[in-house]
Amino acid sequence: MALTSQDIARVANLARLELRPEETERTLSQLNGFFVLVAQMEAVDTEGVEPLAHPAALLGEVALRLRDDIASEANQREASQASAPAVERGLFLVPKVIE
Amino acid sequence: MTSFANLDLHDLGVAQLAATLAAGEVSSVEVTQHFLARIGQMGSLGAFLATDPDVSLAQARAADSRLALGERSPLLGVPLAHKDVFVTRDFPTTAGSKMLENYRSPFDATVVSRLGIGPGGAGMVTLGKLNCDEFAMGSGNENSAYRPVQNPWDTSRVPGGSSGGSAAAVAARLVPAATGTDTGGSIRQPASLTGITGIKPTYGRCSRYGMVAFASSLDQAGPMARSALDCALLLSAMAGPDPDRDSTSLDLPAVDYATDLIAAEASGISAKPLKGLKIGLPTQFFGAGCAPDVLAAVRAALGEFETLGATLVDVSLPLTELSIPVYYVIAPAEASSNLSRFDGVRYGHRAAHYTDLNDMYRKSRSEGFGVEAKRRIMIGTYVLSHGYYDAYYLKAQKIRRLIAQDFQTAFTQCDIIAGPVSPTVAWQIGEKSNDPVANYLADIYTLSSSLAGLPGMSIPAGFGAHGMPVGLQLIGNYFREAQLLGVAHRFQMATDWHQKTPEVSG
Repeated sequence: MALTSQDIARVANLARLELRPEETERTLSQLNGFFVLVAQMEAVDTEGVEPLAHPAALLGEVALRLRDDIASEANQREASQASAPAVERGLFLVPKVIE
Repeated sequence: MTSFANLDLHDLGVAQLAATLAAGEVSSVEVTQHFLARIGQMGSLGAFLATDPDVSLAQARAADSRLALGERSPLLGVPLAHKDVFVTRDFPTTAGSKMLENYRSPFDATVVSRLGIGPGGAGMVTLGKLNCDEFAMGSGNENSAYRPVQNPWDTSRVPGGSSGGSAAAVAARLVPAATGTDTGGSIRQPASLTGITGIKPTYGRCSRYGMVAFASSLDQAGPMARSALDCALLLSAMAGPDPDRDSTSLDLPAVDYATDLIAAEASGISAKPLKGLKIGLPTQFFGAGCAPDVLAAVRAALGEFETLGATLVDVSLPLTELSIPVYYVIAPAEASSNLSRFDGVRYGHRAAHYTDLNDMYRKSRSEGFGVEAKRRIMIGTYVLSHGYYDAYYLKAQKIRRLIAQDFQTAFTQCDIIAGPVSPTVAWQIGEKSNDPVANYLADIYTLSSSLAGLPGMSIPAGFGAHGMPVGLQLIGNYFREAQLLGVAHRFQMATDWHQKTPEVSG
């Protein structure tokens, strides 16, 4: 089942990407080429197989851990915001979202 | 006197430099100045994205003070450089992307601080940041937003990727060692294509804290250097639990990987040091998909292992080909999620012109990400979207489990697994750049062990077509980095492929 340019537009919107018309065309043909490869997965019998999200699940002696939900880092607001595109009085600036 | 007095400083590896520094024959400042000058002379390779001599020399002076006070530790004062996906306070961090041009991290990655000159660190001096594929997505370093990296063995060819800057810098002896990251082969493949040694440890061995995330269930840091011993020295410092900062870091104590190797060297060469070792050769790694020149070099290296006492046995990894679609569904799915953080608000590129918040997201992301990053975000978003999740993402995760199980079956018949790293030697820059699927197919021998989370290495095994290096891949069972490094070290004690160096000039 091949993707259409409508699929590309829908996925681009979900991913917050803007593709120029020639990019859409190229992406469509490349993704269709790629999904020919992906279709090989259908031939594998995975009946009753649990999905493996993470290799840690295989390492029996290792448990994923949680830490206490407390601040552990020193406050470095200025250093953290030094690379932000737009900051004023310690706040990140964004375009108006509520009229 | 150490025995290296007649060699240029850049010809010395990590262990040799450390011995020379400890003996007081040279200072860390002198070593640092020497490598910085060489990095400047070889700028045309494109291996470095950032250097800062003031920062490096200040670190070197700190190392010299500690040496003068009598401190002796295996890496003190030895320089290295970091792949530009490790965040660093003292150098910019771009991850090879325009998105992070001029980004400065407020903190160091755990791996960076463990190796570095700061408190609790191993005392290494950072020479700078190394070029890589954008967000570590690529196999040829051609996806760097800044410039491609040249392979020092033939500057018209790629060094491999995504840790291509790390590999080229070590091969050209611009640094004695470098860090890399490996998601689907990004340490092993460039190590193979440039004739150096690199190890990707078991998933979770090294903290991922401060590594710009690509695919979180696969990303793993590791060292790249000229020998297994040098990698062992670095890995000993890099690895270990990071319980408060990376919940997936393994809760296993740090290991000294180097002492056994040094002892083996001291006791000299025995006739059959690998007697009893069973090396499994997956039949799927030795098929028609692998170029004859690569196979010939790999088989010759395996013959050397037999001479050293190892036994070769055939094993099967039947889903090897499937590892390509499985990886290229799972890794982009995780990437699309990880890269959603680049929204032009907190850090990274923001478009100059936009109409509203959504338009700002779209324009900032479309301008900031390169072609391959966008392609993987699109694939990942699609396979995670409603109606496709089960058919693609969940299906891939189920096959991922089968792939991991196949390795455990193979390990009932052998101790380690060996084969090629890459089906060909390094290709020409530009040769594959318009064909993403061709690039993906070239990852066939490294993806399956990444999906399983197993440790893997590449060691120089000889040369193939056009005089280009060929690496031998060694894959171990979980937590068996020490075994891999030990086996590689025995091979390197008996051979000199890892000592071959390219003719490079500025």
